[in-house]
Amino acid sequence: MSQGKLTIAGREFNSRLMVGTGKYASNDQMVAALEASGAEIITVAVRRVNLAEMGKGCMLDFIDPKKYTLLPNTAACFTAEDAIRTCRLAREAGLSDMVKLEVLGDEKTLFPDNEELLKAAKVLVGEGFTVLPYCSDDVILCKKLEQLGCAAVMPLAAPIGSGLGIRNPYNIKIIMEAVKIPVIVDAGVGTASDAAIAMELGCDAILMNTAIAGAKDPVAMARAMRLGVEAGRLAYEAGRIPKKLYATASSPLTDLIGS
Amino acid sequence: MTIIVNGEARQMADGITVRQLLDELQIPPTRVAVEVNLEIIPKSAYAERALQDADKIEIVHFVGGG
Repeated sequence: MSQGKLTIAGREFNSRLMVGTGKYASNDQMVAALEASGAEIITVAVRRVNLAEMGKGCMLDFIDPKKYTLLPNTAACFTAEDAIRTCRLAREAGLSDMVKLEVLGDEKTLFPDNEELLKAAKVLVGEGFTVLPYCSDDVILCKKLEQLGCAAVMPLAAPIGSGLGIRNPYNIKIIMEAVKIPVIVDAGVGTASDAAIAMELGCDAILMNTAIAGAKDPVAMARAMRLGVEAGRLAYEAGRIPKKLYATASSPLTDLIGS
Repeated sequence: MTIIVNGEARQMADGITVRQLLDELQIPPTRVAVEVNLEIIPKSAYAERALQDADKIEIVHFVGGG
């Protein structure tokens, strides 16, 4: 199966599925799910070291840095200032410039605060970060993020962790027409068909966490998502038939058996 | 001297360096980032950077997240 590669800021990836590392029942389960997903880019959060539990080791003990590109996020940041600080710390901890920038506006919806997002993106791009912003499904905003020098845009398909699926296919399509940088659907996916729908639209990639980690069997769901992403991408590249109101026979209408 | 590490007050020897603090706390320096009074300390400076009384230190690392 040959599928085009995903290119982000000049780096090539085979997998178009990016996955989070949060909410797993155990590190072993997380490792198995990451493996089953085929993902090459995985998100992580930046938090204080728990001084009382340092002896137990940290998450990175379980992750092979040669296999995965870590994408630190700025989850739980509600101001540009906090997000910028988190990115700088992430760069020092992980020695990589790539960050998933999110600046949240509201705890109930976890929708982005786009004003603060633009502010943070500008500063971080200026400091040499490869910025992948989680953003609203707003084409004007996405164009502004592209103009600022972001490496991709990551519009939400539905609220984070909601599992509602792709609620905004037309907005996502408009964004894809308007920007040249990769469009990565981030947030909202619930099951494999949602992943396929996003990829059939022509999205460059999809990022998810809860849909896998929260499934009854996360490892099986990770594989389902991988297949959904691959199927959707292949269908997009194959070019689907146009939708029509009436039937078209698949069998010949000539040389019918005589009466 | 007393320093604040991740929000907790801790008694440490005067003039302890960032590197010594990490050793004391049994934190491997490779996988963390350290901030002293909001200033990020590059890993290459851990061994030289001496801490002072009342310094506020944040030690962060990566955890699971989406």
